[in-house]
Amino acid sequence: MAVTSMIGARIQRREDPRLVTGHGTYIDDITRPHMVHMAVVRSPYAHAAIRSIDVSRARSAPGVVAALTAADFRTVLSGAVPVTNSFVADKKQVPDQFFIAEGEVAYQGEPVAVVVAGDRYAAADAAQLVHVDYEPLPAVMDLEKAMAPGAALVKRDRPDNIGWDTVFAGGDIDAAFAEAEVTVKERITQQRLFPVPMEGRGCIAEFDEYDNHLTIWTSTQVPHFIRLFVGGGMGLAESQVRVISHDVGGGFGSKLRPYPEEYLACGASKLLSRPVKWIEERSENLVATTHGRGQIFDVEVAAKRDGTLLGLRFTQILDIGAYHGVFSAFQAVACLIAGGCYGWKAVNGRSIGVFTNRTSTDPYRGAGRPEGTHLCERAVDLMARELGMDPVEIRRKNFVHDFPHPNNFGLVYDSGDYDKTLNRALEIADYQGLRRRQQEMRAQGRYLGIGLCTYVEICGLGPSGPTAAAAGVALVESSTVRVHPTGSVTVNVGTHAHGQGHDTTFAQIVADGLGVPYESVDIRHGDTADTPFGYGTYGSRSLAVGGISILKSCQKVVEKARRLAAHVFEAAEEDIVHERGSYHVKGSPDNAKTIGELAFAAHGAGLPEGMEHGLEAVTYFDPPNFVWPFGAHICVVEVDQHTGAVEVQRYIAVDDCGNVINPMIVDGQIHGGIAQGLSQALFEEVRYDDESGQLLTGTFLDYLVPTIAEMPHFETDRTVTPSPTNELGVKGIGEAGTIAASAAVINAVVDALSPFGVRHVEMPARPDRILELIHNGGGDGHNPGAGREVTA
Amino acid sequence: MKRTIKVTVNGASREDEVEPRLLLVHYLRETLGLTGTHVGCDTSQCGACTVHLDGRAVKSCSLFAVQVDGRAITTIEGLATDGMHALQQGFWDEHGLQCGFCTPGFIMAAAQLLADNPRPTDAEIVKGLEGNLCRCTGYENIMRAVRSAAAATAAQAAPAAAPATVGG
Repeated sequence: MAVTSMIGARIQRREDPRLVTGHGTYIDDITRPHMVHMAVVRSPYAHAAIRSIDVSRARSAPGVVAALTAADFRTVLSGAVPVTNSFVADKKQVPDQFFIAEGEVAYQGEPVAVVVAGDRYAAADAAQLVHVDYEPLPAVMDLEKAMAPGAALVKRDRPDNIGWDTVFAGGDIDAAFAEAEVTVKERITQQRLFPVPMEGRGCIAEFDEYDNHLTIWTSTQVPHFIRLFVGGGMGLAESQVRVISHDVGGGFGSKLRPYPEEYLACGASKLLSRPVKWIEERSENLVATTHGRGQIFDVEVAAKRDGTLLGLRFTQILDIGAYHGVFSAFQAVACLIAGGCYGWKAVNGRSIGVFTNRTSTDPYRGAGRPEGTHLCERAVDLMARELGMDPVEIRRKNFVHDFPHPNNFGLVYDSGDYDKTLNRALEIADYQGLRRRQQEMRAQGRYLGIGLCTYVEICGLGPSGPTAAAAGVALVESSTVRVHPTGSVTVNVGTHAHGQGHDTTFAQIVADGLGVPYESVDIRHGDTADTPFGYGTYGSRSLAVGGISILKSCQKVVEKARRLAAHVFEAAEEDIVHERGSYHVKGSPDNAKTIGELAFAAHGAGLPEGMEHGLEAVTYFDPPNFVWPFGAHICVVEVDQHTGAVEVQRYIAVDDCGNVINPMIVDGQIHGGIAQGLSQALFEEVRYDDESGQLLTGTFLDYLVPTIAEMPHFETDRTVTPSPTNELGVKGIGEAGTIAASAAVINAVVDALSPFGVRHVEMPARPDRILELIHNGGGDGHNPGAGREVTA
Repeated sequence: MKRTIKVTVNGASREDEVEPRLLLVHYLRETLGLTGTHVGCDTSQCGACTVHLDGRAVKSCSLFAVQVDGRAITTIEGLATDGMHALQQGFWDEHGLQCGFCTPGFIMAAAQLLADNPRPTDAEIVKGLEGNLCRCTGYENIMRAVRSAAAATAAQAAPAAAPATVGG
């Protein structure tokens, strides 16, 4: 292929030929010589004391190599599952979680023992033979009861059930409410969700006792984190640990931390001197992999009668689960972005993290931004309704127009044009036509609803300045770009992919950045032995941070090649002209050398004094700001008043993620993101028994992961407002669909039901819930925080 | 107590001793090393393990290896006889996959759908694929991929059109 502009090209993914033919390498596809299989024995109780564990029958079962408990692992593992300071640095308590239960279990699914055997069937059989004598203890399940003084405790050694209690104050909220002519309040719940990557977790640990080296193959979003933390738990330095992650079958946030099982497999490998494989079953994935959301918001909005928004005040009560997730408090970011696209005098969010006897919550696609956006977009709709305004008009009236725009918390929206995306979405939808049709249908006793969500999100985590202030870490990203002697290019990146197509999009950036053929570029990621330290893929960061790192490495290579060209042509450096990977002396374009030819010279004899051999560069990129994608989504539903069923008739998404590297991949990310947000709005809900703490949705028989039959067609379009934050003008798109969709869908459902006096619908908007609302004239009797006040 | 089974897998005859309880999917993956067939759930909802048994799509997590004695299996690795199958090409062209874990199952399910009904309507595609789960794509591009494969297959199968008149 000729060297052309690859950035912006819709090219097919280079990952796909192996994946569509069954030649990918997912974790369970890997075997090692002499490998054994580990099965994990898990607590059936939400909360219980462990009186004793008897592994003797398991140990003597056919094919079993070992049955191990905490006492065994204490000889090879130390420390605890890490917890970052993300967004809430001053936590009230950070209880240590050892990698396997000792004396007490605090959630159903917590590991209590492992069985290692020659094959997975024998391991699973023998796991049934481990006898654990439990003394059940009260399960703490209700968030508000758990917060009360004297409440039963999630673990007996804790002072209370409060993980954090922090106020994020953006401006003088009392003054904003003092100006209010109208206030509205509502309780808005974010149900717990399963992330559900189609491939569960899994790992192989191979400890080499002779070299004192550990190799871990694992299905993860963050290989370098795994090396750092799991290696640390084994008492090993990074130089002694190699983490390899090949194809990863989805993550959605649930694979961005080290898990107990990874530590346990490593510990077992060291104890047994054999490679140990652990592959999560789906039932384990649902009970023991982190969950998402699980929050209650009590929201109050203040405005003037003309629709000018003044103040947004809310409390976020977040269900941490039994232990902090590694990034549990990240979801408090909901507080910082809850103001959305609008100008407010003040935004004030109090975040309370509460422990319960459930599996830990941690980031799930969007992580805090869907929650903040949902509450903001519901709040704005509630106010519009109170004021008798069209939801379009209240949004237009309050949009931020000047960029860069510091929000109430000092976070700076880098660029935006919120009217433009909204206008485009309205045009595609034929909004006025839809409103007319809604009236006509109501006259026939049919209920059409039109829901909007105009969002802005924070991504590109993250600049060391604001990220360190908010999250306690600097989330830079790294790359090396190396031009080989005959001109092909290897790029090693610290980030990693699990379906995002980095091999393709990063190669597009390099092809343009160096001016070399796309086919000559190989992208390497996922192996800590050949990649520089990186933070992994989450928070829609891999392009805006990792991609820019690659571009900068390319620029360094191009500059060195210019010096090489000056040497080769025996010309002054300032006389060298560089165009798309080709160098010549000014005025002599016919005598040109490609970057590949210069790379050959860079590896040969006779380089000028002081010039090192080779043609390569390393970059650790620390962006100056986050990036702020935005967009407008419109959902059209019809609700059947007799059955409560919601039919999504149309879904329109107009997103703006700045410049686009590969439009096909961007559209795919939007589709998948919307599907997850729409599914939260209508279908998905993790349910536990309130008394016993038993998971009631423990298989796909009980938890509705949507099929093709549940999903509508998505009408997508985009506007392009480049980011000024980076040289490519790019933002991020991995989470935008999820961030926007739940509010668009629920606003549509509420709009459809407004003739019945319904002003809010909780998620998921199940038919039974909708019928109850219709029959109770909008009051569902389950929403004690709801109500309205007209203060003037 | 192992039993001997004779199976034709992707056109090649196999004879293996297997435990009666060995699942077909584990026989394919672990005994034969055909790891393109995946396991995505424990309860036969996800369809990642879909293969063809005597030409019919089945979920290989729901069969024992001994149940396929004397029969023929096709897995994703054996679907294409020359280059890529139209569905593999369709999924590639239309970005019908992201992480790719569910993809072999979708392609095998869709292959049976198109074998039975070469020009399915959208509603028929939905019906044919509702036994498979994808968490990445929202199904939008899976729908496009199957449409694209159907159109490509139809174009190939169509009798050679009369030469177009140029100029008139």
